[in-house]
Amino acid sequence: MNKAATLLAAEEGANPLIPHTFELVVGIFSFFVVLFVVGRLLVPRIQKTLAERTEAIEGGIKRAEDAQAEALNLQKQYREQLAEARQEAARLREEAREQAAEIRAELREEAQAEARRLVEAAHAQIEADRQAAFAQLRTEIGRLSTDLAGRIVGESLEDEARQSRVIDRFLDELERSDAQAVR
Amino acid sequence: MSALTVLADDQFKAPSPDELFTFAPIIPGVDWFTKPVLLAILSSIVVIGFCWAAFANPKIVPRGVQNVAEYGYMFVRDQVARPFLGKDADRWMGLLLTLFFMVFLWNIMGVIPLLQFPVASHIAFPAVLAISIYVLKVYLGVKHQGAIGYFKNMMFPPGLPKPIYVLLSPIEFLSNMIIAPFTHAVRLFANMFAGHMLLAFFSMVGFWFLFEKLTPLGAPVGVIGVIMTIIFTGFEIFIQFLQAFLFAMLASMYIGGALHAEH
Repeated sequence: MNKAATLLAAEEGANPLIPHTFELVVGIFSFFVVLFVVGRLLVPRIQKTLAERTEAIEGGIKRAEDAQAEALNLQKQYREQLAEARQEAARLREEAREQAAEIRAELREEAQAEARRLVEAAHAQIEADRQAAFAQLRTEIGRLSTDLAGRIVGESLEDEARQSRVIDRFLDELERSDAQAVR
Repeated sequence: MSALTVLADDQFKAPSPDELFTFAPIIPGVDWFTKPVLLAILSSIVVIGFCWAAFANPKIVPRGVQNVAEYGYMFVRDQVARPFLGKDADRWMGLLLTLFFMVFLWNIMGVIPLLQFPVASHIAFPAVLAISIYVLKVYLGVKHQGAIGYFKNMMFPPGLPKPIYVLLSPIEFLSNMIIAPFTHAVRLFANMFAGHMLLAFFSMVGFWFLFEKLTPLGAPVGVIGVIMTIIFTGFEIFIQFLQAFLFAMLASMYIGGALHAEH
């Protein structure tokens, strides 16, 4: 064994391209142990971590983008709502103005009607009063006239028919002269 | 070299590959347990320990060692896996990250003080990886393109005039099935081998002319040796990184080529 190794070593010394058998064995062994531990056990772990890191970074960027999009969306919504509210307010104002004008017109109309009605009522009242006064006046004047006439002529004008006729005639005359005087 | 030998009065001897790359067993009697074997095992432990510290309990917000390891992961994913594997990249990251870290550790052992031996300069270690990738490549090719389809796609890329195939097909077969795995391993091995030779040579020059045989004539040569050692150590670190990157990249390319026909 010893001799063989020395022989091999001597031979190897002459030709460095001939590998040592035991070095091959150790080489294979150490290579495959490292390959198993590093390549099989450890590299997948770091790959997983790197993937997670990428995920985390991309996730962060994605989240930020989402938040930004949401903020922009909200802003847009608020703007729309604000514009809507402004429009609504303008509409309401316009409506109120129209309503006010309408109410004003209506009130004016009503007031005018009322005034007309009052005037008419007053006219009617005046007419009625006049009529009443006129009727009263007529009887009053009749009585006064007969009294006066009776007293003047000294004769009793008791007779109903005559009395009435005289009065009527007197009044007709009076009315006629009245109308002429009015004209 | 002859000038050096003259200066050293035939006493300076450049280190030979035999001296640099042959090791006695660390524990007498246990023949298999030599320095390269120890360093290979140590590399595996370091890679596992580092990745365990970083990735066993990964945080969404990375801290400390996870940051460093993630930097490595991102580098392998973006520079090695994705250009050749596209959307399949994540599925093969385990293998490619293991390859990159292991080869890098094997290589960097060459400049770590006291250890100072690149594990990959013993052909057995790169060969193990290259053969594993080769087996995987052929398996994936046959699985995804069918046995006939795989070789047809490899040897008869469409759209060429017929006579070309007489020349092209054997070349393609040879380069893909025989030369590729060989160069895959040898490129790494040879770089580390040569790099180690260079570093050993320059540090030996420095040590010899400044400590072993300090002479007025030899001292400047020793200083040059020390400076060159420093420069080449920096250069070597770059090469060690580059070769690890290249090894993983070629593995990625082979897997990508096996998954999808290139034409």
